[in-house]
Amino acid sequence: MISTPDYIHDIRADFPILQTKIHNKPLVYFDNAATTQKPKIVIDRIRDYYENENANIHRGVHHLSQVATQDYENARSRIQKYIGAAKSEEIIFTKGTTDGINLVASSFGALLKEGDEILISAMEHHSNIVPWQLLADSKKLQLKVIPIHKDGTLIMDAFDQLLSEKTKLVSITHISNTLGTINPIESIISKSHAVGAKVLIDGAQSIQHGDIDVSSLNCDFFVFSGHKIFGPTGIGVLYGKEKLLEEMPPYQGGGDMIKNVSFEKTTFNELPFKFEAGTPNIIGGIALGTAIEYIESIDRKSAFDYEKTLLEYAEKELLKIEDVQVFGNSSEKTSLVSFNVGSIHPFDLGTLLDKQGIAVRTGHHCTQPLMDFYNIPGTIRASFSIYNTVEEVDLFLDALRRAITVLS
Amino acid sequence: MSTFKEKQAAIIADFEVFDDWMDKYELIIELGKEIEGIIPAKRNDRQLIEGCQSRVWLDSSFSDSVMNFSADSDAIITKGIIALLIKVFNGEKPETIIKEELFFIKEIGLQEHLSPTRANGLLGMVKRMKMDALKHV
Repeated sequence: MISTPDYIHDIRADFPILQTKIHNKPLVYFDNAATTQKPKIVIDRIRDYYENENANIHRGVHHLSQVATQDYENARSRIQKYIGAAKSEEIIFTKGTTDGINLVASSFGALLKEGDEILISAMEHHSNIVPWQLLADSKKLQLKVIPIHKDGTLIMDAFDQLLSEKTKLVSITHISNTLGTINPIESIISKSHAVGAKVLIDGAQSIQHGDIDVSSLNCDFFVFSGHKIFGPTGIGVLYGKEKLLEEMPPYQGGGDMIKNVSFEKTTFNELPFKFEAGTPNIIGGIALGTAIEYIESIDRKSAFDYEKTLLEYAEKELLKIEDVQVFGNSSEKTSLVSFNVGSIHPFDLGTLLDKQGIAVRTGHHCTQPLMDFYNIPGTIRASFSIYNTVEEVDLFLDALRRAITVLS
Repeated sequence: MSTFKEKQAAIIADFEVFDDWMDKYELIIELGKEIEGIIPAKRNDRQLIEGCQSRVWLDSSFSDSVMNFSADSDAIITKGIIALLIKVFNGEKPETIIKEELFFIKEIGLQEHLSPTRANGLLGMVKRMKMDALKHV
């Protein structure tokens, strides 16, 4: 029998929304793979910015503008250090993971030529499929897909065979949002580099479940969303190696990204501003910095280990329920469990769980090719974070048993 | 024969006795199990309304100046709500289906199922029922 450690209760107390009731039941929030909740320190930072600091950045000589600029750039430096990037110029603020991938597809894509190949995997989120399809169509590139085993792990032999001198980019998720599989990205990165291919890591899921060090990983691009690591929505990060970002043309045109504009010739600003056209999501960047500050302030090694314990407990108890089938059985797995119960439609179970205060995700999780692979319409996905408790897992299991009874 | 409004009022009365959401859904699930629907062998792509979460198949016919619908879904809760919609819409003149207000869904607290974000195919189904009715005005 496991119990929730005190330090998890302490972390939990930092998140006001977790006290909410849904349909008169205590909220059990197990949709952390979709978005994480926000600690009070982040919420307060947003309020404080608008009450005391609001100004546009990078252009004003007045006091508020300088304070806001400084805070925004401090956030960039904090993020740079947190993910182990060599320079703050390598940290591009984006709208989120999807935006980051689209930026790379557009600007790195501009360097590619007909016949070049891009490799993705069968477990990618739509946001790491569709931008490459659009690029492949417009530039006559080949998009190839690394297949997976039934247990939700990559078929690495197939990867070895697909990888060739023609491969210019391997764009792959670090952790599957549907299966929880942690992919062997170290090996993928070194093998890809051996044939001269660049590697983009989709870190949307991995950013909240462990430490990331882009320098030791040696990936060429790393993208993530702020809202999946306790920050606000509408802000994200693209890390790119400086040399590569220098070679790439700008993504969007506008203010902030230029050095000099004339009708004859416009020159572009330096990194990272070359890729940040227009007034950015200033408070998004600053509050993401605060979210990182928060996660740095807790004992995250223990918290990440606890998440694994919680997953193991939930999976073990879940499998005691008749006809439960878990999708994603990799030995390397992060804290989410995707499952179905017999022939019950995931939508039905999700609806009845919601009425009992349990927030889970149902459906295809924006991974339709993966659902086709398993020949299912969708799954129910319970995804955990550092503030979830053992008691919540028990509430979830009780609610699930009741829903199954009603639906059987 | 009850009117369009009376049929809706009767459904609201059926649901009023329940305080607990789970009880309301038990009734919806029962209704979903009871209706005939459209057996998989008779479903086709023309009938299909694709939702993000669940799928709906809808067939309509027009005779003796009234509309009749049959429908089905892969999710039982969706099918239960379909049963309610069919109960209200079947046997009604096309003009009634197009013009009269559909209020019972909101009254019994199921409006979330007809919101565009729910993506269970039901919003698309109601739209198509009205479009099919429009062909016979």
